[in-house]
Amino acid sequence: MIPGSLLEVNALVAGYQDPVVGPVSFRLTRGEILGLAGPNGSGKSTVLRAIIGRARIFSGTVERCQGVRTTVQSQQPVRLAEMPVTGREFLRLTGADRQPPPPPLAPLLEHRLDRLSGGQFQLLHVWACLGSAADLVLLDEPDNNMDPKARATLIEVLHESRKEGRGVLVVSHEHDLVEAVCTRLVEVAP
Amino acid sequence: MTFPDVWDAMFLLPFLNGLLLAILLPLVGAHVRLREEWLASLGLAQAAAAGVVLAAFWVGPVALIALAAAALAALAKSLLGHKGNEAYALMLLVGWTVALRLAANSAHGEDLSRALVQGQLYFTDASHLQALGAVALVQFGLLPWLAPRLLLARFFPDHFAANGQQNPRHELVFDVLVAITLALAATAIGVMAAFAVVFLPPWIAFRFARGWFRTIALGIAISVAGYLVAFLVALRFDQPIGPVIVGVLLALGLVRPFAQR
Repeated sequence: MIPGSLLEVNALVAGYQDPVVGPVSFRLTRGEILGLAGPNGSGKSTVLRAIIGRARIFSGTVERCQGVRTTVQSQQPVRLAEMPVTGREFLRLTGADRQPPPPPLAPLLEHRLDRLSGGQFQLLHVWACLGSAADLVLLDEPDNNMDPKARATLIEVLHESRKEGRGVLVVSHEHDLVEAVCTRLVEVAP
Repeated sequence: MTFPDVWDAMFLLPFLNGLLLAILLPLVGAHVRLREEWLASLGLAQAAAAGVVLAAFWVGPVALIALAAAALAALAKSLLGHKGNEAYALMLLVGWTVALRLAANSAHGEDLSRALVQGQLYFTDASHLQALGAVALVQFGLLPWLAPRLLLARFFPDHFAANGQQNPRHELVFDVLVAITLALAATAIGVMAAFAVVFLPPWIAFRFARGWFRTIALGIAISVAGYLVAFLVALRFDQPIGPVIVGVLLALGLVRPFAQR
């Protein structure tokens, strides 16, 4: 791997039964927020899933710097109809409770997860990843369900995360989001 | 039968066995419900029941073969990578058909089958208590390690794979722990009562509690309260313990709609 790299993806062709995306190449270094953009169905999430070993790699390589702690925010977070876990307990799972949360989240931390709105839960989920000690953060459509206020908070915490020297990969079909937060952009096509 | 009779040596051991089960079952039940695998309790209990009847068929050690049957079922589920209730539904059906067919062809199988339906808590002894004590030590000892991992895997299902653990150890540890607890429960209070104590207290607690450990504590409190009432009622009116436990817990479940939403 090139020194300074957290993640290197070279000519990756990935999918499940059959290839659905690629070839895709990019490199992610510390302090960088890389955007994977493209229309719905272009295979952006498949690239992310190939990185963590959940999708089949048909050709090409995915290399991660050894010992890199990774956290993943999935596109469809698990939401149970009855979930007595509090917001604070949820953040404790990833170690994100050690940092002060973004102001809109602070009053929600003692609430049960099933009492939060979709947008509130999404922001909590993203913060559980960004507030953790992970070196590599993979976010899949992080602004799903968010209203403009929550989205502004998301953009703010993503900008803040650059200062912490980690690498963030943002998968989104929202061009304005990736353009607002990403230091580099990679277009993905099927 | 009056309350002091509970302290009679004849009833004390069965009472303590049931009390330990009333503590241990909702503890695993809360995590089983978290994983939306609540049918696990019925599937594994039925696998254990098949083991009990198998032991009668072969004249082997009943508890050991029941434990082995449930543990094998859990191991198979874990190794085959089946997640969720479908695997447990298959386990339930296999356990049921094996148990009934063996019972039909065994001298004692039919009696055992009836005991597994009604529960035979009053016939449990010190060996059952020792086994439950060991399971209690393991469960409470592992809880601080196991609970955060089970929660993390539930809410961040890609976390362990993303960090190089495609088959994290805690999954297998939990499956085997559930199997052993359910096997001991099925041989003491019966298959359906074991399922009820795993399912109903967490089902009520999930509606009322705020916070994970409070949910576990409330589930245990509901289960213990239900068990105490059921034990006394079953003794006083000479009723089979299994159906009484299920009835009392179902009655407690009537408070669920009154939770604030």
